Amino acid sequence: MNETLKNTMLFGIIALLIIYVGFVQSWNSALLIVAMGLISSIMALGVNLQWGFAGLFNVGVMGFVALGGLAAVLIGMPPTEGAMRAGGWNVVGALLLGAGTVFAAIILAKTLAKGWLRNLAVIAMLVIGFFVFRGLLDPAVELVEEINPAQTGYLGGLGLPVLLAWPVGGLFAAAAAWIIGKTALGLRSDYLAIATLGIAEIIIAILKNEDWLTRGVKNVIGVPRPVPYEIDLQGSASFVERAASFGFTPVEASTLWVKVLYILLFAAVLIILMWLSQRALHSPWGRMLRAIRDNEVAAEAMGKDVTARHLQVFILGSAICGIAGAMMTTMDSQLTPGTYQPLRFTFLIWVMVIVGGSGNNLGAVLGGFLIWFLWVQVEPMGLWLMNLVTSGMAEGSALKAHLLESAAHMRLLTMGLVLILVLRFSPRGLIPEK
Amino acid sequence: MDLLNAIVAFLNYVFVPGVAYGSQLALGALGVTLVYGILRFSNFAHGDTMALGAMATVLVTWLFQSWGLSLGPLPTALLALPFGIGFAILLLLFTDRTVYKFYREKKAKPVILVIVSLGITFIYNGVTRFIIGADDQNFFDGQRFIISAREFKKATGLSEGLSFKTTQGITIITAIIVVALLFWFLNRTRAGKSMRAYSDNEDLALLSGINPERVVMITWMIVATLATIAGVLYGLDKSFKPFTYFQLLLPIFAAAIVGGLGNPIGAIAGGFVIAFSEVTITYAWKKILVYLMPDSLEPSGLVQLMSTDYKFAVSFVILLIVLLIKPTGLFKGQST
Amino acid sequence: MSSDPYDDRGNKDASITNPKGMGSQIPKSSGTSFSAPGGPFLIGDTMTGGYGKGPDILHDCTIAVEQGEIAVIVGPNGAGKSTAMKAVFGMLDVRSGSVRLDGEDITNLSPQDRVAKGMGFVPQTSNIFTSMTVEENLEMGAFIRRDDFSDTMAQVYDLFPILKEKRKQAAGELSGGQRQQVAVGRALMTQPKVLMLDEPTAGVSPIVMDELFDRIIEVARTGIPILMVEQNARQALEIADKGYVLVQGANAYSGTGKELLADPEVRKSFLGG
Repeated sequence: MNETLKNTMLFGIIALLIIYVGFVQSWNSALLIVAMGLISSIMALGVNLQWGFAGLFNVGVMGFVALGGLAAVLIGMPPTEGAMRAGGWNVVGALLLGAGTVFAAIILAKTLAKGWLRNLAVIAMLVIGFFVFRGLLDPAVELVEEINPAQTGYLGGLGLPVLLAWPVGGLFAAAAAWIIGKTALGLRSDYLAIATLGIAEIIIAILKNEDWLTRGVKNVIGVPRPVPYEIDLQGSASFVERAASFGFTPVEASTLWVKVLYILLFAAVLIILMWLSQRALHSPWGRMLRAIRDNEVAAEAMGKDVTARHLQVFILGSAICGIAGAMMTTMDSQLTPGTYQPLRFTFLIWVMVIVGGSGNNLGAVLGGFLIWFLWVQVEPMGLWLMNLVTSGMAEGSALKAHLLESAAHMRLLTMGLVLILVLRFSPRGLIPEK
Repeated sequence: MDLLNAIVAFLNYVFVPGVAYGSQLALGALGVTLVYGILRFSNFAHGDTMALGAMATVLVTWLFQSWGLSLGPLPTALLALPFGIGFAILLLLFTDRTVYKFYREKKAKPVILVIVSLGITFIYNGVTRFIIGADDQNFFDGQRFIISAREFKKATGLSEGLSFKTTQGITIITAIIVVALLFWFLNRTRAGKSMRAYSDNEDLALLSGINPERVVMITWMIVATLATIAGVLYGLDKSFKPFTYFQLLLPIFAAAIVGGLGNPIGAIAGGFVIAFSEVTITYAWKKILVYLMPDSLEPSGLVQLMSTDYKFAVSFVILLIVLLIKPTGLFKGQST
Repeated sequence: MSSDPYDDRGNKDASITNPKGMGSQIPKSSGTSFSAPGGPFLIGDTMTGGYGKGPDILHDCTIAVEQGEIAVIVGPNGAGKSTAMKAVFGMLDVRSGSVRLDGEDITNLSPQDRVAKGMGFVPQTSNIFTSMTVEENLEMGAFIRRDDFSDTMAQVYDLFPILKEKRKQAAGELSGGQRQQVAVGRALMTQPKVLMLDEPTAGVSPIVMDELFDRIIEVARTGIPILMVEQNARQALEIADKGYVLVQGANAYSGTGKELLADPEVRKSFLGG
């Protein structure tokens, strides 16, 4: 079969599935799947860049996505009245001091001669720095968190247009990736997996606990939107009129219209990123990347700086995940640190990449849509299945109740099965690398 | 007297919990390190293997409890443990036969097996939740304390109490027995030595007539045993909740890597290093310092270096330091 | 991109994968052997073949060793010396020709089964378990034996006294020459009917090399025929009963060690005059 035809068919099948959901469940769910599918595709694109084209094993996707979410809060939310005056500047100062301490320690470690004296100096530097940092930070944080804790109790953001948060989210993720990559990629063999796994957990821990920054588990709600609010649309006479002409109620039309706008925005971002990654991969830079992947020794012998290339692609891939994270928080209108789980935000993205086709950007997009569709739809399917299985059982039997209740856990099982089956029978994924 | 109180407080809040947690991590890390040494990949499904083994034990414990079986002061779970281990062994051998074996025969690269183990993680996680749900389950029974704080205070007249939970005692004793057995097996028996030989040099092991499939089978059986014991001990000591086992992956990996991946002694040392760093750095030392410092210097804050929510950060920072100084871990591991 | 769908994409993440000590040979399923009496004790007869589906490396190559003899394969770099040895041991696909041991055709057997039939093989590299003690290395050599092998171990220690001294030490900590002794000792533990050595003196100093040759002669004196590939052609031919000179995977010259040393052609081309 012709390749283009096959790929068109694969995407067509997903489109049909989503349209089916629109008819059977609701158009709202269908559009939500499209929107989240787009975001998932972008995340998968980022991971595919790292794994597919450079063989880098990033298991900290969750952390980069969360950093994007943080960017949405810091850019989009209005600043908290008086927070900067109360303790904000001290917090900023403490953070700068902390960064300075680490920087100074690195300089010390690099300049002093090897030996116990150097180790002692570095450790002393870090320990003293830590206590000064805490001494400065703790009281300032207390002051910030005292400001109207039920509503704010945090520094707030810059109050800028939230769309700006998307590139900023990418920058945040890129900065984190730079630090991780610098430490973990330099050695003869790398330690990227454990490093990313750890950093991701730390980022989530920070978001959960540093209330002055993100309100922690109290969540930041009401992140401003780049699109109109449903309630405003419903209040607009012209909108209601137009909706009526299409046969929609105002409520229905407004929710759908908002989603359509988001989808247009997300699709634009996906298309731009897709175009950029395709361009990059067919440039000399991308060819070199693949040459390194396929024969690192030869590439190194030809004088290619393997570590630098790996670092670049790791930063780029992570930045894309950060952008997607910012987009997701923008659409949710809220940052809920408690919901970041590695299975959902790291491993699921990996399933998308492997199933779609490692090393193929189009495959990553397909995987993003397909796996997200399954992730959302397995639950109703599981419930339907369980209803079928238990239909013969006595009403009120404990087993029946248990099975019906357990249908909710089917999605993890399904994701695992899909991954294993694809790896086994179609190891290159649905759209293999050319 | 103040000094004694400080020592007792230290033992009570830092040392005993640290030893118990360290034993659990060490048992977990041993499983990870064995798979890394023999099957040559890091098994992301190890945390969920622990969860499944523990789950089977919990279910059998409930059955025994409903029959009225018990071990008196000891938790019934100990009686159910062999059944949990048996279940985990069958599960891992089944997984190996249906999933991993195919990739071994294809000579797939280890990183492919890592990805496969991600898939297994999803499946195990789903199965656990499917069977027992995602909530906390209590399966502890028997006597709660070996030494209770109240009795200790009455007996010694100190103002600080020392409590020693039954689960902590069981954890430590079981860990010692299991580790001793494991090392005896690896260093003294023919099968154990063949495992080490296979890990060292697969080709030569093959030429020496060592059957790789047998080595792999024994490895999974040991890993299942270790994972179930670690899972049950953790569940008894803290509580059984499927998701916490998944989260244990990071400290367990950190322990295995700190000690030197592929090196069993390293895994144990790593377990204790990680456990003690976590406990000491997240403990509020005020309670101990009040006894040691003169009144005038009494600390005003809690003297807690980091909040307990950052315990993952602690494992990670320790890991980073060790890797930067000694890339093969404290004890020479197989990773370079 | 590579043709293997289970490729690692150049990943070398030490925190999740452990390529160290990983096997390179694919364990082949084994055929059966049948009786084929007559001929030399061990012979690779007119062997043609190569690795997997690759091109042929050997062309009608014949190598044999008789009971109680030392046979040596020499030749220039890339002549297929080690390949010929591996073909006899069953590590590559022999497309025509046969391998016979002690009146039995073993062409279709896997290397493991050939070990069980009495072939002892010492690879050129990675030929010891570095993390295990010397004694454990010997024990692993005797893995297929279910009887008491303490006598054999005592014999190995008699042949290589230094190993007895260092028997509790990790084999990886020994010097190059000592490691080779461990490797040979390990292969002797099965009480093989024939011993095959792939460049036993590669990378050791001249003094150690002389000592290793002495040891090899001693092993031969115990009655085990030895087939050996050697880089140091002159010394090897001096101790050889039979010599084979290979060029581009085919027999160029063969004869007794003395004949080859005396042959002006061989001297000029391979022994440096």
